[in-house]
Amino acid sequence: MEAFGLLMHGFAVLLTWKTLALMMVGLVLGIFVGVLPGLGGPNGVAILLPLTFTMDPTSAIVMLSCIYWGALFGGAITSILFNIPGEAWSVATTFDGYPMAQQGKAAEALTAAFTSSFIGSLVAVLLITFLAPMISSFALKFGPPEFFAVYLLTFCSFVGLGREAKHKTVISMSLGLLLAGVGMDTVSGQLRMTFGSNELLRGINFLVAVIGLFGISEILLTMEERLALRGHAAGISLRVVLKVWKDLPKYWVTLLRSSFIGCWLGITPGGAIAASFMGYNLAKRFSKDPDSFGKGRIEGVFAPETAAHASGTSALLPMLALGIPGSGTAAILLGGLMVWGLNPGPLLFVEHKDFVWGLIASMYLGNVVGLVLVLTTVPVFASILRVPFAAVAPMIVVSCAIGAYAIQNAMFDIWLMLGFGIVGYVFKKIGIPLAPFTLALVLGNRAEDAFRLSMIGSGGDMKVFWANGLVGSITTLAIVLLFWPVIDKAVGSVGRLWRPAKASG
Amino acid sequence: MSNTDLEIVVDDPTAPEANSPAVTSNRVVDVVVSLLLLVLALALGFDNWRAGAAWDSTGPQPGYFPFYLCVILGGASLYGLVAAFLSRREAAETFVTRAQLRRVMAVFVPTLLFCLATQYLGLYVASFLLISSFMRLVGKIALWKSLLTAFVFTAAMFVTFDVAFDVIMPKGPLEAALGR
Repeated sequence: MEAFGLLMHGFAVLLTWKTLALMMVGLVLGIFVGVLPGLGGPNGVAILLPLTFTMDPTSAIVMLSCIYWGALFGGAITSILFNIPGEAWSVATTFDGYPMAQQGKAAEALTAAFTSSFIGSLVAVLLITFLAPMISSFALKFGPPEFFAVYLLTFCSFVGLGREAKHKTVISMSLGLLLAGVGMDTVSGQLRMTFGSNELLRGINFLVAVIGLFGISEILLTMEERLALRGHAAGISLRVVLKVWKDLPKYWVTLLRSSFIGCWLGITPGGAIAASFMGYNLAKRFSKDPDSFGKGRIEGVFAPETAAHASGTSALLPMLALGIPGSGTAAILLGGLMVWGLNPGPLLFVEHKDFVWGLIASMYLGNVVGLVLVLTTVPVFASILRVPFAAVAPMIVVSCAIGAYAIQNAMFDIWLMLGFGIVGYVFKKIGIPLAPFTLALVLGNRAEDAFRLSMIGSGGDMKVFWANGLVGSITTLAIVLLFWPVIDKAVGSVGRLWRPAKASG
Repeated sequence: MSNTDLEIVVDDPTAPEANSPAVTSNRVVDVVVSLLLLVLALALGFDNWRAGAAWDSTGPQPGYFPFYLCVILGGASLYGLVAAFLSRREAAETFVTRAQLRRVMAVFVPTLLFCLATQYLGLYVASFLLISSFMRLVGKIALWKSLLTAFVFTAAMFVTFDVAFDVIMPKGPLEAALGR
C-alpha cells in the first residue's frame, strides 16, 4: 500500500493549475499531431520535445506524456472517419471502425475506440503503479553484469522476435550502438570514430537523430502517397456515449483479453502493432459469429484499440523501472529524461520520487482528461484535415529544425538531422526497422559501460555473465530469444514428425 | 446524430499518378545501402582498431566494444548484400516511381535550401521563405494566404522561443539590423 500513498502524493504534485493547463496543451497538441497525416506518436513527441527544454522536469514529462496520449487518441479519429490509419497500430481499428462510420454509426465507433483506449491504458497504468516499484527495488541489487544481461536481453529479443528480416534488425541495431559510441569515450577520455572532425567531438545526439529519422523522413514518405480523403466528421452526443457505455460490460472478456495481450507485448518489445492485430484476431476467433467481423462490429473496435493502448502505455514500465524503453516513443521520452539530467533506471524511484509518481499520476489524469477532451471535440479535430498538406509540411520542417538546433545550439545538428531524414526514408522503404536503431542509440553508451565495468570487474572473464543464478538465467534467456526462430522451427518440425506417427498409430 | 455531420473532402490535385514508371527497384537500393554500410563498417572498424581494440592492464581498450560491433555490422551487411543480390522478390518491388520521386524532391530540395538559408540568413528568415514559397509554389495556394501564414507562423515561433522561453536560434543579418 506504500504505492498508493505515493500515488496520492503524485496527484498532489499534479493538481496545480499550471500542470493541468500544460496537460490540456499537451493533449491538444498530441491529438493534433495524431490527426495530421504523416505524423504520429514518436514523431510528435520528438518534434515537440524542444518546447519542454526550459520547463522543470515534472511539468515537461507531464506535457510530453500527454502529447503521447493525445497522439494515441488522435490516431483513432482518422482511422474510423477516413479509413486512414494514422499509425500502424491503428490499422486493425479500420477493419470494423470504418464500416461502422459508413453505416452512420461513426459516433458509436469513436466512442468505443476512445473508451477502450482509456480502459487499455488504465489497466496498463495500474500494472505500472504496482509492478514498477517492485521491479525497480529488485533491480537496485543489479550490478554491471546484470544490467548488461538485461540490455542484451532487450537487443536479442528484438532480433529474435521481430517480424523484419533478421539481418536488417542486426544492421539497424549495430549501427545504432556504433553511432552512440562516436565522440569522447566516457571511460578513457580517448576520441573514437571522429576522424578529426570537431563537430563529431560532441557525439551524435540521440534526439537529433530521432527528429531526422521520424520527423523529416515521415514527411518525405507522406508526400509519396495520394493525400486525398473523403469522409464525415461526426459529433458525439452524450446519448450515444451513454448507450455505448451501457453495453460495455457485455464485452468484458474482449476488453480483459486485449488488455492482457497489450500489457504483455508492451513490456516485451513486441510493440503496439502486434498487440492490436493479436487483440483483433483473438476477438474474432473466440467470437460466436466470426463472419460479422470486418462489417462494422463494435467488438472489432474494442479489441484492437484496447490492446494497442495497453501496449503503448505498458511500454513505459521497463523504461521507468529499468531504464529500458519498450517502444520507440518510450525511447524518445527516455532521451528527454536524460536532457533534464535525470538518469533513468531503478534509482529514479529512490532519488526522484516526486517526479516518478507525478508521471504515474499524470497517466491516470491525462487519460481521464483526454477521454473527455476527445469525446467533446472530435469534429474540430477532424476538420484539421482540411488544412492543406502544403501548408503543414514546411511548418513541420521548421519545427524539426528548431528542435534539432535547440538541443546543443549547433548548426551542424541541423545538417545531421537532414542526413538522418534521408537515412530514415531509405531504411523504411527497404525494410530496415528503425525501432532497434533508436533503442540502440539511446542505450548504447550505458550498455557499453555496463559491459566494460563487468569485464574490468571479472578481469576479462566472460563467465561473469553466468556467475550467479540471476545473471545466468537472463543471459541464457537472451541467447535463447536470439535464436528463437531457429528453435521454433526445430520444435515445429519435431512436432510434425510426431503427429503423423500418432495419427497412424 | 446526422444533423451534426459535416462532410470533409480534401483533394490532392498533384498526387503521383499510379502508372508512373519505376525509377529503381528495391533490390538496387538494398544492394547500394548494404555496400555503403559495409564501407562504413570497414572505416569505423579501422578507426577503432587504431584506437586499440585489445586488452590492456585496465580492461578493454576504448576501441574494443565498437570494433566488434563493426564486425557484426560488416557481417550483417555482407549477408544483406548477398541476400539482396539473390532476391527475386525485391527485384520486382518498386523502390520509388518517377512521379513519387518528383513529389519527394519537391519537399526535399526546399528543405535542403532551408538548411542552407538557416546557416546564412538565420532560422526565422529562412523559415518565412520556406513556408511562403512552399505554399505558393508547391501547394499553389494564393500568394496573400501563403505570405500571411508564413509570417504568422514565424512570428509565433519567434515569440515562443526567443522571447518567452529564451531558446536562442541561429540568426542572420536581418535580426542584427533589428538589434536582436
